[in-house]
Amino acid sequence: MSRQTVELEIFRYNPETDSEPGLQHYRVPYHKDWLVLDAINYVKDHLDRTLSYRWSCHMAVCGSCGMMINGEPTLSCKAFVRDYPEVIRIEPLANFPVQRDLMVDQDDFLAKLESIKPYIIDVDEHPLSEGEKSQTPAQLAAFKQYTGCINCLLCYAACPQYSLAAGFIGPAALTLAYRYNQDSRDHGFAERESVVGSNDGVWQCSFVGACSEVCPKGVDPAAAIQQGKIASAAHYFKQHLMPWSKS
Amino acid sequence: MNEGPWIHRISRRQWWFGASRYRRYMMRELTSLFLGTYAITLLVGLWRLSQGAEAFNAWLAAMHSPPGVVFSVLMLMAALYHSTTWFNVTPKAMALRFGAYKLPDAIIIGAHYGAWLLVSVGVYLFFRS
Amino acid sequence: MASNKPFFWVLFAAGGTLAALLAPVLILLTGLAIPFGWLAPEALAYQRVSAVLDSEPVALALLLVIALLLWHAAHRLRVTAHDLGWFADSVAAGLFYGIALIGTIASVWLLV
Repeated sequence: MSRQTVELEIFRYNPETDSEPGLQHYRVPYHKDWLVLDAINYVKDHLDRTLSYRWSCHMAVCGSCGMMINGEPTLSCKAFVRDYPEVIRIEPLANFPVQRDLMVDQDDFLAKLESIKPYIIDVDEHPLSEGEKSQTPAQLAAFKQYTGCINCLLCYAACPQYSLAAGFIGPAALTLAYRYNQDSRDHGFAERESVVGSNDGVWQCSFVGACSEVCPKGVDPAAAIQQGKIASAAHYFKQHLMPWSKS
Repeated sequence: MNEGPWIHRISRRQWWFGASRYRRYMMRELTSLFLGTYAITLLVGLWRLSQGAEAFNAWLAAMHSPPGVVFSVLMLMAALYHSTTWFNVTPKAMALRFGAYKLPDAIIIGAHYGAWLLVSVGVYLFFRS
Repeated sequence: MASNKPFFWVLFAAGGTLAALLAPVLILLTGLAIPFGWLAPEALAYQRVSAVLDSEPVALALLLVIALLLWHAAHRLRVTAHDLGWFADSVAAGLFYGIALIGTIASVWLLV
């Protein structure tokens, strides 16, 4: 007998009215080509209009719909209902304060993103009359992979170091720092180093690798951070062994 | 209505018992305990060596006793797990590029296993000679 | 705020690579080869070991193996102590790096 329905166990919490969170059960129709996001939309449209969650593109490029699905940080628009058992537990992303139901407060991440200066830091003025700055394929290859981050925060939800030490800058922000440090047009390594090379920066990472395992875009933040450690260590030794050199 | 926001965090004491990837991580990290113990074992052997033949032979006898062998087997298993996990992640820390071409992970990993084989055979032959 | 971790991390990385390449064969040779009969007992006889370690390159190699293995384990265990929340980071660092330092000094003293 083929499956007719799926049961969703969804985390519900309204801090203004509830003293504590709870799980609410909804039974939705089973369609073999549905994503978990489709099932959640069905709940909102037909069963419970009060359910709050974020989503947008429905195709894994906007990074809005990240949530814990059966304990694993996942984009709900990238998870097929058919790949899950009869009951699917849906909770907000771990390690972030819950605003309501499946929505989390991203302020901590956004502050950290800003702290690593995610923009080209240049030393010279380049007037428009000089035209665009060119890069060779090799120069592009040095950082291109790390431009793919969609800020979905799955890596933060998976990272035990972020859970244990809330000051940790975190995978996505450190990867973006590395992206800019590797960009040949950028000269901001030293400026970023006070954050990136601090105990809250790359050095809090213990290479668990969970971030890269859950990343839906194949950015491989773990690799960026390990390579970032090498860069930071080289800078550290250069500063201590050759303090006269300008870095 | 309540103090502070609600956050799901991992349990400080037990998080590494949870998802299988966390358990594997902890196993990998704990291999260093065995490696450190082996280093201390060698250090003790050196110390016994400095005390003369009798002391050194006593150390050898302890190493090669049944409990010593079991201990070495455990250390070997930990060392092997360390080696494999270490080589498998080396490409993440080492991005070797020639222009826009990035050396595939498999080649970097393969080169390390090759070096491992060469070094192991070399050391073994050195011991035998 | 600058970190002191890069220093220990480089030792950790060097020790980890050395351990990955050498630890299995060394454990095999010192602990298992003779009991299992793959190597004659004479290979680790007192006279032979003393003679081999008289050679400076060999002694230096052994010193590096012991020291780097200790620093590798020290850094990893320091981080693991933090992961498990067993003690404060400064206590863990002092304890584990302290052991590694004592071990390093001891091996220098014994081998030189």
